[in-house]
Amino acid sequence: MLVSELKPLEEILGYLGDEKNIFIVGCKGCAEACETGGEKSVLEMKKKLEDAGKKITGYCIIDFLCDKALTKLRLATWTDRILDSDSLLIMSCGVGVQVASAVVDKVCHPATNTLSLGGRQGEWRGEERCAECGDCLLDYTGGICPITACTKGLINGPCGGSKDGKCEHQPDVRDCGWKLIYERLKKLGRLDKLREIVPPKNFARAEPQKRLRNTSLWALELEAKQPEVEQVETS
Amino acid sequence: MKLAELFESGKFVVTAELGPPKGVDTNKMLQNADLLKGRVDAVNITDQQSSVMRLGSLASAHLVKQHGLEPIYQLTCRDRNRIALQSDLLSASVLGIENILCITGDYVSLGDHPEAKPVFDLDSVSLLRAAKMLKNGYDMAGNKLLGAPSFCLGAVVNPTAEPLELQVLKLEKKVVAGAEFIQTQAVYDPERFKEFVKQVKHLKIPIMVGIVPLRSASMARFMNKHVAGIHVPEELIERMEKTRDKTGTSIEICVELIKEMKPFCQGVHIMAIGWEKIVPKILDACGL
Repeated sequence: MLVSELKPLEEILGYLGDEKNIFIVGCKGCAEACETGGEKSVLEMKKKLEDAGKKITGYCIIDFLCDKALTKLRLATWTDRILDSDSLLIMSCGVGVQVASAVVDKVCHPATNTLSLGGRQGEWRGEERCAECGDCLLDYTGGICPITACTKGLINGPCGGSKDGKCEHQPDVRDCGWKLIYERLKKLGRLDKLREIVPPKNFARAEPQKRLRNTSLWALELEAKQPEVEQVETS
Repeated sequence: MKLAELFESGKFVVTAELGPPKGVDTNKMLQNADLLKGRVDAVNITDQQSSVMRLGSLASAHLVKQHGLEPIYQLTCRDRNRIALQSDLLSASVLGIENILCITGDYVSLGDHPEAKPVFDLDSVSLLRAAKMLKNGYDMAGNKLLGAPSFCLGAVVNPTAEPLELQVLKLEKKVVAGAEFIQTQAVYDPERFKEFVKQVKHLKIPIMVGIVPLRSASMARFMNKHVAGIHVPEELIERMEKTRDKTGTSIEICVELIKEMKPFCQGVHIMAIGWEKIVPKILDACGL
């Protein structure tokens, strides 16, 4: 299971900026279990955004947003509402945000930070799409992850090593992640995003927090939250 | 001496490059340094170039400085995290090294230890910003330093990489982050370079065009295939193939490139990659 936590509301509102009409997509998979993407969380988010003056054009909850074919199919039924929206807010792990970005030609903002696999996976196995870094940058990069799509995990733009759109590492199979990000942002008319300097990543956030390690979300063996064991001083 | 002072004086700056040896015998490196002494304003000391493990650029820059040449200490993000990078910058300062080139670094798979763990804790923009913070007397975490270093910071760009707009966007960030001069990857296409210069005019930063002399047609083909970010046009490869005087033709090509691009930049950086003896000949032929 991909463990995620909601980003602070101020951060999400910062992403939305002047955008008024928002469509929310929730994930019924891992995100529902983490209370970041199920119906309850989506409705809470809807209320918070409405209170902040946004219009929610609609919402839909998909069981496992990481299933690209399923997500495409489900979102197709909401095409009109999505077309009427300025952007989408995605309440899932980083893979879900990338899947939504890959099937919709609209800005897809992440609502969560993905922390850890927590010992299980969603439909999408492996870390090649989401490194669970705890500090999701997908808003800045148009829904393509710079940590996983760029071999070097560069966050401020490409290195000078790519040739014909291919990465200097394994050019036969790897695209330059930054070229993909550039093309995506250009398509969305958001190239200005790339002018912001992204501060160095806080790698301490990738480490699952202590409170999570003591919950059944993290450790399958645990039934419920257990109190922390107090350190006994021995001298 | 800081490179920024030379640019301010209006001088067309000339730099070359020295690669540290694989091992501890520094005789050859210092002999190559002798070939460049008095002919160039400074020399880049490469940091594990192409991800091949060698003597460190910090120790080598120190030796070159003692030898009477001004070093430009190359520092990549590939092998060190932010603690080591900042520490090495402080170390450089106490060794009297004043010019730093902050770069991302090639991926580990390009070198002779492809199984190594790549670091890339910082990117080149963050490294420039960290170095600037050190100059201001603070580390990245905001802790006050006991004595601040004084550096001239350089950055790199590849004017021939596609899309150019993306290279320019990143370069803008590098300038904001603290870069005071720009060194380019090898350029063999002057028209492309002119287009690049036009697009970065607003940055008002000295640009040094990168030149790699071609030893042979096969070396050019090898670079096209294996060196990240370099493209030698087929036309130049053919000239190298047909010539009977490889050195002469190589110098001729360099001179043509430098003469054509000189009016559009503030300096030239010649990367001879072990063929340092050709550098004075190129400079003579250019009147530099």
